Amino acid sequence: MTAPPSTRSPARAGAAPRALLAAAAVTGALACVPLLYLAVRTLEAGPGTVAGILARPRTGELLTRSVLLAGSVTAACLVLGCGLAWLVARTDLPGRRVWAAVLALPLAVPSYVAGFTWIAEWPGLAGFPGAFLVLTLVSYPYVLLPVAAALLVSDGGLEEVARSLGRGPGQVLLSVTLRRVRPTAAAAGLLVALYVLSDFGAVSLMRYETFTLGIYTSYRATFDRTPAAVLGCVLVVLAALLTWGEYRARGRAAGWVGRGTPRPPVPVRLGAWRPVALLAVVAVAAAALGVPAVSLVRWTVAGTSAGVDWPALGSAAVATLQVAGVGAALTTLLALPVGILAARHRGRVVTAVETAAYAGHALPGVTIGLALVFVGIRLVPGIYQELPLLVVGYAVLFLPLTVGAVRTAVAAAPVGHEEVARSLGCGRAVAFARVTLPRALPGTVAGAALVFLTVVKELPVTLMLRPTGTDTLAVQLWSHTGAGAFAAAAPYAVVLVLVSAVPAALLDRAVHR
Amino acid sequence: MSAGLAVAGVRAGHPGVSVLHGVDLAVPAGALVAVLGGSGSGKTTLLRCVAGFHPLDAGEIRLGDRVVAGPGVEVPPERRRVGLVPQDGSLFAHLSVAANVGFGLDRAARRGPRVRELLDLVGLADLADRMPQELSGGQQQRVALARALAPDPAVVLLDEPFSALDAGLRAEVREQVRAALRAAGTTAVLVTHDQQEALGVADLVALLRDGRIVQVAPPREIYGTPADVGVGTFVGEAVVLPAVARGGCAETVLGALPVAAADGPGQLLVRPEQLRLRPGGPARVREVVFHGHDATVLVELGGTTLRCRTAEPETPEPGSEVSLQVRGPVRFYPD
Repeated sequence: MTAPPSTRSPARAGAAPRALLAAAAVTGALACVPLLYLAVRTLEAGPGTVAGILARPRTGELLTRSVLLAGSVTAACLVLGCGLAWLVARTDLPGRRVWAAVLALPLAVPSYVAGFTWIAEWPGLAGFPGAFLVLTLVSYPYVLLPVAAALLVSDGGLEEVARSLGRGPGQVLLSVTLRRVRPTAAAAGLLVALYVLSDFGAVSLMRYETFTLGIYTSYRATFDRTPAAVLGCVLVVLAALLTWGEYRARGRAAGWVGRGTPRPPVPVRLGAWRPVALLAVVAVAAAALGVPAVSLVRWTVAGTSAGVDWPALGSAAVATLQVAGVGAALTTLLALPVGILAARHRGRVVTAVETAAYAGHALPGVTIGLALVFVGIRLVPGIYQELPLLVVGYAVLFLPLTVGAVRTAVAAAPVGHEEVARSLGCGRAVAFARVTLPRALPGTVAGAALVFLTVVKELPVTLMLRPTGTDTLAVQLWSHTGAGAFAAAAPYAVVLVLVSAVPAALLDRAVHR
Repeated sequence: MSAGLAVAGVRAGHPGVSVLHGVDLAVPAGALVAVLGGSGSGKTTLLRCVAGFHPLDAGEIRLGDRVVAGPGVEVPPERRRVGLVPQDGSLFAHLSVAANVGFGLDRAARRGPRVRELLDLVGLADLADRMPQELSGGQQQRVALARALAPDPAVVLLDEPFSALDAGLRAEVREQVRAALRAAGTTAVLVTHDQQEALGVADLVALLRDGRIVQVAPPREIYGTPADVGVGTFVGEAVVLPAVARGGCAETVLGALPVAAADGPGQLLVRPEQLRLRPGGPARVREVVFHGHDATVLVELGGTTLRCRTAEPETPEPGSEVSLQVRGPVRFYPD
């Protein structure tokens, strides 16, 4: 290797082709439109009105509730996630491998499905306790997974050194082990906070009015949508702050985990605490998976005996598959130029476009929905409450998933192969199509499938932008639950779980083969 | 001989860093030239300039009588007719061996006899239907060569093509590649940091140092009469001694040795195999390192340690007294 490392970077493929840049710019612009329009809509109202809305007591209440919920759920997830991660990664907990897999499963349960099962069983939970419980139980895997991974790769030798220097096992756990995973846990905690702040399903079913629910109610309740726009802007700022913090923390975490030789540490012997630890693990699994499962079965049985509305269920399933299919196709199409550019080229424009495409990661669904409602009403009235606007909403929300997938897939195909193809007489585009595309296709398809699954489970954007009469499974489940018709809601939850779980299993298998 | 590849005054680099500072290199048609250079010498950049993947800041590159890069000219890689054999072979994993070889051919030619011919040339005709993952490293490199040769390129560029192979396999694959290139009669440039590889495989060795070609010569010549001490030590093991020359004779710890006319202090370059050991004398054997086919004997003489190479079956014992005799011409470099 004679050349400096920069020649091995993506920059060596030369300047980006104009057509690709143009296509990527379209995607970047599309991803920014909702945010910009939300800002424009807010500024139009004038500073006096905006200040008035911000000064209302209701705004303060929403803010307090959102911050309180995000803070308490994050704290609970950190305790639960780190504790469980340590148990499954570092101790002699019986069946720890199985538990590691089982405890990660709640990640696949949409918050409104979990919310439905808890409120259906115990209606008294409505309000803060219910929202806190449900969001903690679906979010703790965000902490568990990265922390367990960090614990598994970090060097056990360090802890042995600490023991040999006279520290007891408990002291080592606090002073060495937890110190090492702290950046990872911090990033995960901020991600949980972002998730809670953006959540609409659980808080709406638990009737705990946070920012997201507040925005939705003021959007529904009044003709003047200025308050909704102002609140939306505040939520975007909060989410952007959390995203920025998470990004910073993740950078530090990566630096930590990479170092040290991965010598597997000797598992800590729990001794007399083993039954207690096992009981704790079983309790978490029972609350996060057992309760939803039992409740689903119970209410489905109740619902079936009362008679299922099969046509409605069928049309909801069809509608769901339809919007998810179109949404996944559009999102992937928009992500392709950005992902290819990001994998193969560097430069300010490329960075700007890629960052713009990631906007959806920081934007709560409710704000995207609201912004597109404004765009639809004011700019292109023809598509308001029509399929195109809905799938654009999905695209903005889920572009980060596909851009990441396309980027990784293209980057995995060596640039050298494209160069060989070009020296053999292929033009740039032909070389890409004949050499890189065949290798990047599986990863790209997996990304599209992931978007499909995520759209199936999406709630707030669908609720606000769906064409009249198009009720997806999520929307039906949400409205029946909101009306207290738990038996009628149950079949939708079951179909939803099936529709999302089966492809998820297939996808997982395809990825790991 | 007509020029196969001519590089003249080529400057190139990355933003803020200049890598090639005026490279001149003429490769006769049909010849195999090894560009030998250490880490950071710019050999990969030079190769990428010729292939069309790196822009020139100045200078000109010609293939035959076509200017492919120069002021106002930059022929895209796909129209240069330059074959590329990367370090790892870079075979397309989704295509069979035959499809890899036929990649650069048009649809009709892909079904014709050309693919077969090339697989015969590299001795892999029976592996046509295999997938690249099923081949050994050496076989992959030979397929990569066949693929590069298939569209009948003006020049083939080989980027350290043997460095990823096991030491045992390297010599064998090197011979096969050389034979295939000769049979095809294609002009070829091989870049490497391995002097043995350069000397063993090429018709001409070009030494690239700090972005400039320092010397171009046939292997024996560059080894026997290197342009300077740096080239001499880079292309092989060398004993470098301080010396004072006067009237065609250089005074060193080895005694007076005849050198080309020069006067004054300088350095003398002797190859270890030029030093012959005789029992008894002023030098003392410090250490003997046995290699199998020969042995290295470290000898202390007048406060200097000299490295001798001997293929004799008997080597002197460490501690024994020996004298040294110089065989063949030595080179003197005035300071």
